Amino acid sequence: MSFIIRGRVWKYGDNINTDIISPGQYMSLPVEKQAVHAMEAIDPTFAEKVQPGDILVAGNNFGSGSSRETAQMVLKHHQIGAIVANSFARIFYRNSINVGLPVVEMLDTTLIEEGDDLEINLLEGKIINHTKGAEYKGTKLPEHLIEMVKLGGLEPYLAKKLGIS
Amino acid sequence: MGMTMSEKILAKASGQTSVKAGDIVWVKVDIAMMHDLLGPWLVDGGFRRLGGKLFDKEKVVVVSDHCTPPATVQQADILKFTRDWARAQELPYYYEFEGPCHQVIVEHGHVRPGRLILGTDSHTCMAGGLGAFATGIGSTEMIGVLLTGETWLKVPETIKVVWDGKLPHGVYAKDIVLKTIKDIGHAGATYQTIEFSGTAIEDLSMDERLVLSNMAVEAGAKTGLIEPDQKVVEFLRSKGVMEEIEMISSDQDAVYTRVLHYDASELEPQVACPHEVDNVHPVSAVEGKAVDQVYLGSCTNGRISDLRIAAQILKGKKISKNIRCLVVPASQHIWMQANKEGILDILTEAGCIVNMPSCGACGGFTSGVIGAGEVVMSSSNRNFRGRMGSPKGEVYLGSPAAVAATAIEGKITDPRKYLPKEVMV
Repeated sequence: MSFIIRGRVWKYGDNINTDIISPGQYMSLPVEKQAVHAMEAIDPTFAEKVQPGDILVAGNNFGSGSSRETAQMVLKHHQIGAIVANSFARIFYRNSINVGLPVVEMLDTTLIEEGDDLEINLLEGKIINHTKGAEYKGTKLPEHLIEMVKLGGLEPYLAKKLGIS
Repeated sequence: MGMTMSEKILAKASGQTSVKAGDIVWVKVDIAMMHDLLGPWLVDGGFRRLGGKLFDKEKVVVVSDHCTPPATVQQADILKFTRDWARAQELPYYYEFEGPCHQVIVEHGHVRPGRLILGTDSHTCMAGGLGAFATGIGSTEMIGVLLTGETWLKVPETIKVVWDGKLPHGVYAKDIVLKTIKDIGHAGATYQTIEFSGTAIEDLSMDERLVLSNMAVEAGAKTGLIEPDQKVVEFLRSKGVMEEIEMISSDQDAVYTRVLHYDASELEPQVACPHEVDNVHPVSAVEGKAVDQVYLGSCTNGRISDLRIAAQILKGKKISKNIRCLVVPASQHIWMQANKEGILDILTEAGCIVNMPSCGACGGFTSGVIGAGEVVMSSSNRNFRGRMGSPKGEVYLGSPAAVAATAIEGKITDPRKYLPKEVMV
């Protein structure tokens, strides 16, 4: 996982829950088929329009609901660069870090608009909006997780811990 | 300074005498629980790449419940994968077709006060109704738990929610938890524990306490805890747990981030409206809303006491011709008990369909998902857009009594109308 991410913004509201990101009815399908339905309840064109590296920006409580990692899997399938939100649901936040999907909290995401060109520095907790020429303060990665993120997520971290190459 | 139940359980799990909210601790897990949909078929790759050796097979419980009975070939494949995996790992505790995992692990005695339980499902927090610290984790995190038996947790702050007084007739644990979620908000307890206490909570049966802990996550909480008492001990003894049961409670001088006080005697039946669990209103505000389906079941409210209440209301009556009423007992054990008590006869004679215990339509998986434009009144725990099928459907949540009364009229109904005083409990 890179510590600096740059991409174009797609903007969403509050409570983008896991049933929206990864609807239960498709969860038994292979990830590429699930990914077609990601976000469709609120944005039917999501799967067609997102490009690798795009950044999702949302309001409060992103990822609420289920512990399903299929939510991260479909977003990673679309190669979403990062998610910036006012706040995240706990399990979603944790899962994202574990699988190497960058997540950053900032106080007021209404400052960012759809289509903005955003650059995020995960280590410094800095968000630069190149479109607006603005800089925002985001959350830094928790201290105890930096090594895990440097290695690319929980699996490579465990491999190192367990001495498996 | 005193400790909360959460702090005590996590202190013990991390081998320390004392921890406090905000500490990051490495903990030893007592039970690692997976279900079919977010279990072996997702963890197996990483698990094998990292050596493929379980830390302790006695502490790993797998329950196939989401894909049962399989509605599609893909679900059948996942179910087979799960079963084969459990066999290959020689797991002593693998259950399938018995009901939702949260209920199954309670009935089989895996959930005990003071244990640390991590499961690949957000409603794992239900185990807190017996005084276990239990929370949901993702499948990748479960790989680490399976291999090492450990993970890191941030010790949560605790919100204390006190319900004193006696619940009025026709008002239940579901109404308590919906009102609590309304006030805390669906993200209001993020990273925190909700501890339920007070005389109204002490009076609740085990069945009803589990409703509260089950839905703690709907306020964003890490877990929902209730101090274990003699009812918990008797319940576990009835499930064949003969070992010493370690009781646990928060200290008098424990630090809470907030304390909310309620008078249970003033509570009315509550309904959560689409599409968020904190969009809660008294039933009077939504009475008369026409529904297409009624769903009585789930790990939240498919237990025997729930079915008994529904049977009281539906005995000798017929459900509305405009709807179908699906009944899904929360376990095979409950199904058999309901059968013995004649409850299934009462419900089917009223026109209900009794399905097998599973996660079923609650999560939009099998057996009764809804189409575009359809409306459900359900006793389950989540009403997000698309939760029970079409994203163009609507899900309302209420108590089993409210659900049963709604089945009669085909529109959302105050259950008190169908509960004569003499049968009130």
